[in-house]
Amino acid sequence: MAPILEINNLFKSYGSVEILKDINVAIEQGDFLVLVGPSGCGKSTLLNCIAGLEPITGGQLSIGGKDMTHVSPKDRDIAMVFQSYALYPTMTVAKNITFGMKVRGVDQATQDEKLAHVATQLQIEPLLNRKPGQLSGGQRQRQRVAMGRALVRDPKLFLFDEPLSNLDAKLRVEMRTEIKALHQRLGASMVYVTHDQIEAMTLATKIVVMKGGVIQQIGTPSEIYNHPANLFVADFMGSPAMNLIPAKTKANGKGVEIEIASKSGDPITLIDTKNKDLPEDVILGVRPEDIADASLRGGEGRQEADCLIDIVEPAGADTFAVMQLGGKHVTARLHAETGAVAGQNLNLVFDLGKVSYFAPETGERLN
Amino acid sequence: MTDLSYTSPRSGSRTANILLRWALYIMLGLFALFYLMPLFVMVITSFKSLDEIRTGDLISLPREVTFDAWRTAWSGACTGIQCEGVRPFFWNSVLIAIPAVLISTLIGALNGYVVAQWRFKGANLFFALMLFGCFIPFQVVLLPMARMLGLMGMAGTIPGLIFVHVIYGLGFTTLFFRNYYVSIPSELTKAAKVDGAGFFRIFWSIFLPLSLPIIVVTVIWQFTQIWNDFLFGVSFSQAGTQPVTVALNNIVNSTTGVKAYNVDMAAAIIAALPTLFVYVVAGKYFVRGLTAGSVKG
Ligand SMILES: Nc1ncnc2c1ncn2[C@@H]1O[C@H](COP(=O)(O)OP(=O)(O)O)[C@@H](O)[C@H]1O
Ligand SMILES: [Mg+2]
Repeated sequence: MAPILEINNLFKSYGSVEILKDINVAIEQGDFLVLVGPSGCGKSTLLNCIAGLEPITGGQLSIGGKDMTHVSPKDRDIAMVFQSYALYPTMTVAKNITFGMKVRGVDQATQDEKLAHVATQLQIEPLLNRKPGQLSGGQRQRQRVAMGRALVRDPKLFLFDEPLSNLDAKLRVEMRTEIKALHQRLGASMVYVTHDQIEAMTLATKIVVMKGGVIQQIGTPSEIYNHPANLFVADFMGSPAMNLIPAKTKANGKGVEIEIASKSGDPITLIDTKNKDLPEDVILGVRPEDIADASLRGGEGRQEADCLIDIVEPAGADTFAVMQLGGKHVTARLHAETGAVAGQNLNLVFDLGKVSYFAPETGERLN
Repeated sequence: MTDLSYTSPRSGSRTANILLRWALYIMLGLFALFYLMPLFVMVITSFKSLDEIRTGDLISLPREVTFDAWRTAWSGACTGIQCEGVRPFFWNSVLIAIPAVLISTLIGALNGYVVAQWRFKGANLFFALMLFGCFIPFQVVLLPMARMLGLMGMAGTIPGLIFVHVIYGLGFTTLFFRNYYVSIPSELTKAAKVDGAGFFRIFWSIFLPLSLPIIVVTVIWQFTQIWNDFLFGVSFSQAGTQPVTVALNNIVNSTTGVKAYNVDMAAAIIAALPTLFVYVVAGKYFVRGLTAGSVKG
């Protein structure tokens, strides 16, 4: 089957400023694609290009197997939820939802039926006769109405531009779950923009990480998390962020000897038996959860080292221990009942089975 | 009245504060008096007989109220050789002002919508030129405009005057609507585009319903300008199409013999009533519209 959305060599400039550079993405029916990246990296611009709201400067784009490069938004078979929700202020909720059908000349009976269906689905029946300004439930209700306006179209492709960014933290988590449930129930294809990497990880079947208008990596959440393609992705995805520690390597009979400067004087040395052919200078990427209490965890491929703990931060389920290695703050996600004490040495194990290596000059992944 | 006590940071100066406040009120009162005095004199004079005006005091109330001057001003006073009062000219003004206000407001709304929400190439230049149009002195365009009206066969006609007023109003009406529509998030237009609406549909279904405050501002502004216009009225009209301002001038200037001050005053008040009426009815929307901020979508 043809991909539901296919973007080839897309470029976009505003005047002489190139905003998007050589974008190539494809998704299948039912995929949940998340575009993630820092503010200003061109996510919304890309979404607007997919919607046809911004003309593209170069490249080609198809939706549902049809070339849509020069097709107007209304004929792309898409629906979009905007960051500000963009509800029509002078229309009631019901009119907001049915406006598209009215414009397209759908008959009244069908309009009523679809409206009723969507209203039930989103539990907004009591709000139908209110105007957006009269929604007492604030952003949450507005968000639902905006969703309703999109759902009622039953399009090939849903586009969302940071639909949760106006909600407070608690509500955001709730609505995130709701959107995920909706995606599973509808089996619809979605493109979703966010700057929040947790949102990206939890929602996506496929993530595109962007920076400065350039795609850094495309992959499943697990690929992005476990095999970040470069330092930017490694640092951007995951919280607390991946530890990126400057280190020196030396070939050794069994594998590679990795030497990390330590504040207490003697460098710590770890042996990686899996990765070979590393340059002398590398940046070692270790997720906080891959550093653990030696006393609570054992097994093969794990390298022990004594480290001086600077700070201990209990966070309920986990306790974070911060130390200094290779001149960087390094965070370990430890068990809640860890014996870590600030100012004392702790025997830690490093799980080298999952580490990443990056070239210090280019930032590219080495293994 | 914002917090005046703020103007004096020293808390000990309560008396100074009160004095300041009184000084301010007295000043405001004097200003109000200053502005209201002429109106007061006009109104009382219009209700006096000529005899009383000649013998009495300028600011004393009429001893005997008479509506004769009003009647004469409305339907009998002479504007040159014709003695029909301001009535026919009043209707000319209505026939000029209403279409001119409506047309210039509608086109201004469309222009503002285009410049604010459909950012075409050169939109900024276009808008700058429109703005420039607001500041061209009227005198400069009298001759070219007269020639143009002649070429279009509209010289001396009411449609001709409507045309002139529409053209000269567009700079302002475009400015008003553009500034109002610029504060409306562009995502609203985008959402409507995705919903399948086109240029006019979006204007009609989404922007116009949002525009009441700015429509009121524009209508008041345009109506006042057009109704009170004298220069275009006197330049581009002929006998039979002159607006009320021109008639008023003729009444005041063409009286031979004794000057009928009461008739002049009554005629002037009649000529000013419609703009006053518009302010009283829609004035509060005027202030509200001028300060109206962005629309929450
Ligand atoms: N209409 C426009 N004209 C010029 N530059 C724009 C326009 N819209 C966006 N940009 C620029 O494009 C870049 C990407 O913007 P955007 O796609 O909104 O970023 P994001 O959604 O990732 O935060 C920004 O640097 C922004 O300033
Ligand atoms: Mg954005």
